[in-house]
Amino acid sequence: MEEFKNTGASNRSEYMNFVVNFHKMMLDKKLTLAYEGEVTQEITKAFTSMTEKNLDKVEEDGKIKKKVYHVMVECLQNISKHADDDAQTASDSLEEGLAKTGIFLIGNDQNQYFITSGNGIANENIPALKSLIDNINSLNQDELKQLHKEKMRETAISAKGGAGLGFIDIARKTGNPLEYHFEPIDENTSFFLLKTIISRNSNEQ
Amino acid sequence: MEALIIKKTEDTPAVHLDKNEGVFEFSGKSLPEDVTSFYGPVFDWIANYGETPNANTKVVFKMTYFNTASSKIILDILMKLEELHEAGNEVLIEWHYEEDDEDMQEAGEEYSEIVEVPFSFIED
Repeated sequence: MEEFKNTGASNRSEYMNFVVNFHKMMLDKKLTLAYEGEVTQEITKAFTSMTEKNLDKVEEDGKIKKKVYHVMVECLQNISKHADDDAQTASDSLEEGLAKTGIFLIGNDQNQYFITSGNGIANENIPALKSLIDNINSLNQDELKQLHKEKMRETAISAKGGAGLGFIDIARKTGNPLEYHFEPIDENTSFFLLKTIISRNSNEQ
Repeated sequence: MEALIIKKTEDTPAVHLDKNEGVFEFSGKSLPEDVTSFYGPVFDWIANYGETPNANTKVVFKMTYFNTASSKIILDILMKLEELHEAGNEVLIEWHYEEDDEDMQEAGEEYSEIVEVPFSFIED
C-alpha cells in the first residue's frame, strides 16, 4: 500500500518536474505562446487577436505589429489548408471549416519576433515544397516582387481556399529567409517545421 | 439595382456597393477561410452593375489587412473594374492606407502596375 502511494507521489512529482522544466524552457526560448492541436479559423482568430493585444500592451511599432499579424495568419492558415493529416478529426472541407493538427510557437527577444509552425506532410510532397522554399530563399527583394506579381496573375484560388502566395509573401514582408526542417515520422510521413523571423528596430524592409 | 451591404466581422471586410448612391467601398480586414464564398456575391453584383454602370465609378479600398488568398481575390475584383474601364466608363480606384503602412501602400502600387485603371493613393 505504501509502495503504491509512493509511486503515485513520484509520478506526480515527475509530471510536476516536467511542467517546471517546460516552463523554464519556454522562458529560456522566450516563447509567449506554444500550441499543439487542431488549427482552425477560430484558433487563427484567437491567436492573432491575443498577439495583437500583447503587442499593443508593449507599444510595439505599428509596422512590426502588422508583419507579425500577417505571418501568423499565413502560417496558421497554411496548416489548416495544407497539412497532410489523416486523423479522424481533420477536415478538408471549407463548408464545415478546415481543421488540421499542427504546432504553433511565437516568441520574441529585443531584436526579433520568431514564429514557428509545424505540421504533418506526406513524404511524396516534400520535394516540391522544398524546391518552392529554396527558390524563394534564393531570390532578392526585387526578384520576389516580380515572382509575386507573376504568381498573383497566374494563380487561381484552390479548392482549399489558398492562392499559393503565402511563402513568397512572408519572405517579402519579413525580408528574411525561411528556415525549414523535415523531421521523418515514418516511411510515409514527416513533420514540416517552418521558422520565420521578423526583425525589430529595423526599417529597411 | 439593389445595393450590396455586408457588415464587417473579425475576419471579413465591410462591403458597401450602392449604384444609386454612387458608393463603392471595401474596408477593414480580409482573412476568411473561404474567400470564394465570401466574395461570390461581390462578383455577382459587379457583373450586374457592369450591364448598366454609372458614368463615374470611384471604388474605395480602405483595407487595413488582407491575407494572400484575399489579395488574389482583390486582383480579380480590380480586373473586373478594368473591364468596366476598358468598355469606356470612367473608373477610379481610391486606395487608402494607414499612416506608415508601407506594406499596404506597396500592395496598392503593385495592383496599379498590373491593372490598367487609374489609381489615387491616400494616406489616412
